Amino acid sequence: MSAPSKVDKVLESYSFAKRDKLIPILQEVQAADGYISKPAALKVAKHLNIPASKVYGVATFYNQFRFKPVGKYHVMICRGTACHVKGSAGVLKMCEEVLGIKAGDTTRDGLFSIEVVACIGACGLAPVISVNGEFHAKVTPDKLRKLVDDLRKAEASNGK
Amino acid sequence: MKLTVNGKTVEAQAGETLLTVLRREGVHVPTLCHMEGMIPTGACRICVVEVEGQGNLIPSCSFPAAEGMKVHTNSPRVINARKTVVELLLGSHPDDCLYCAKQPTCELSKLSRDYGVAGRRFPVAKKKKPLDISSPSISRDPDKCILCGKCVRVCEEVQSVACIDFVRRGSDSFIGCAFDSSLNVSSCVNCGQCINVCPTGALTEKSDIQPVMEALAGKDKYVVVQHAPSISVSLAEEFGLPAGTDVNGVMTAAFRKMGFKAVFDTSFAADLTIMEEASELAHRVKNGGPLPMFTSCSPGWIKFVETFYPELLPHLSTCKSPQQMLGAMIKTYYAKKHGLDPAKIYSVSVMPCTAKKFEVTRPEMGRDGYPDIDAVVTTRELAQMLRIYGIDLRTLQPEEPDLPFGDRSTAGKLFGASGGVMEAALRTAHFLLTGKELGSLKVEAVRGQQGIKEAKLKIGALEAGVAAASGLGNARKLVEEIRNGRKDLHFIEIMTCPGGCINGGGQPITCNKAAVIERMRALYNIDATEKLRVSHANKAVQALYKDFLGKPLGEKSHHLLHTKYARRKAADVA
Repeated sequence: MSAPSKVDKVLESYSFAKRDKLIPILQEVQAADGYISKPAALKVAKHLNIPASKVYGVATFYNQFRFKPVGKYHVMICRGTACHVKGSAGVLKMCEEVLGIKAGDTTRDGLFSIEVVACIGACGLAPVISVNGEFHAKVTPDKLRKLVDDLRKAEASNGK
Repeated sequence: MKLTVNGKTVEAQAGETLLTVLRREGVHVPTLCHMEGMIPTGACRICVVEVEGQGNLIPSCSFPAAEGMKVHTNSPRVINARKTVVELLLGSHPDDCLYCAKQPTCELSKLSRDYGVAGRRFPVAKKKKPLDISSPSISRDPDKCILCGKCVRVCEEVQSVACIDFVRRGSDSFIGCAFDSSLNVSSCVNCGQCINVCPTGALTEKSDIQPVMEALAGKDKYVVVQHAPSISVSLAEEFGLPAGTDVNGVMTAAFRKMGFKAVFDTSFAADLTIMEEASELAHRVKNGGPLPMFTSCSPGWIKFVETFYPELLPHLSTCKSPQQMLGAMIKTYYAKKHGLDPAKIYSVSVMPCTAKKFEVTRPEMGRDGYPDIDAVVTTRELAQMLRIYGIDLRTLQPEEPDLPFGDRSTAGKLFGASGGVMEAALRTAHFLLTGKELGSLKVEAVRGQQGIKEAKLKIGALEAGVAAASGLGNARKLVEEIRNGRKDLHFIEIMTCPGGCINGGGQPITCNKAAVIERMRALYNIDATEKLRVSHANKAVQALYKDFLGKPLGEKSHHLLHTKYARRKAADVA
């Protein structure tokens, strides 16, 4: 047997838990691993004695769970009411377009990931996004494209 | 308590839902998500009724009846609401009904007609989710799904497999496997119960009609057919005849009209299975196990054990299912006897079962590079073939099946009902272990519709504990009891589908509980009225052993009639 993984440690702290603990367990697994991996979901299912389809069904019901590791640059796009009114739909659309992925996904090179959040709590700055926790205010699709381009250029020159 | 329905006073019991009361009173209320005998979900809202004093319309399926209620089931408001529900469902439903495999039994299409929906009121929301045709048994078209949830419930609550569930949320939600895997790599056991409850064309069997028709039309194949015990008592319903009508003779005639060179009865192979299985049981009893022994006729159950309880594999009888036994006999014994090249034989089986389509693809089910069975069609597909060929069962004269695989005992025929394999096996096991026939051949305790049936039976010195479970949820209960140390059972019959093959996933879609009971009654009626009632007295089976196989559990049997199992990995089971 290999050393217990982070997921095993989470499950250890939930011995004898029933299915009502599914969401807290998933949250801790995601906090530990950064995402819900397939093996982790299977372990959780076995631990709680519920079908994996149920675990997946519950996890996909909520926006907070992701099934791929986040990218080096994790872009959170606020889709709260104020940001929506100020055009966050266009920002999200542009973000998906320039990165070639959908919200919740991670680019194949592992550089970028997109997450849609309901409200970041910075409505005065709407529409707002955050990249790795750093906020960008009054974002337009064009601003976002430039931001992504800059990050890509920085990465490319780092690689040289 | 008393309440009024459309002005008429009716009686109700406390705790009953309005729907139960309305249906008992003969008031028609449409439903889409309602499942008889299960807790209501109230998902579809098509069953709404108006109750005076209540602001909103209420779903009758999940609303308890109460004293003094004044219920209106046909008020303009109710009818308008139901029509709107249908129109909203159609808003995200493709309208390729002309080409849909579910016709003419689609409930959505029926409701659309019943409520006079004359056009697309809401613009079509194109979903275009990919088809899942990965399974050899079941096809899924998520675009036709109306999210009633019945497949999810039957898979989880009845079968305890739960390989599908709702994924995502709101207008993005769909029914899918864990991690969006396809059905073939999931823990799906291919039972097809989801097809039988699906109100639309979202779930259908994978059709094998085309290859069978091509084989029939070709010159180079010798096409033979076998039909399972439950087919002759189920097929009639597809043609508007009463449930439980036995069409055995005319069905045989119909097969010949379609061009099958020989028509065999799988019930013959059921007798053969009994000889092997009862011998195996006797052998296990004499040699210390492993016991209890589980039957192995039901391919959904086999995959279930391989996936969920691999440690119990030694407890499964090693007997192939009757379909596979007959398949093996056709391409060995029958081929040799008639000077046929086994590679030229195209062997078709008609089964009440979608899991049989999976079973024939198992690599161990064949030899020398060809499979024991080439194609499986369900009862529904057979009915479709009869329509394609323009054959009307009512105009045909009954014919006899082909020998030597046409003679059967009624014990073999009982395989179609839950408890039937057990009853047939007990009749023969008693004879094998004591040399005497069972006093009364009828074993009442293993008959009927209950999910788990148990009996204690004296066979010589042995006090045998037997059980028959149908529906994998019931099977799981029994298996868990055994894993927790229960030791009084020797022989257990498991049927994947509730009630057995008569309620299989390939049976006529119109099926309801009453129809299944009629099919069961028809099988027991055959057992009650015919003379040959024990498998070991089947002369054709005896001759097969004498001519070819030697003895039960002998070397040839071992080679041709028995199989092995292996732990099976599924994408959704750790």
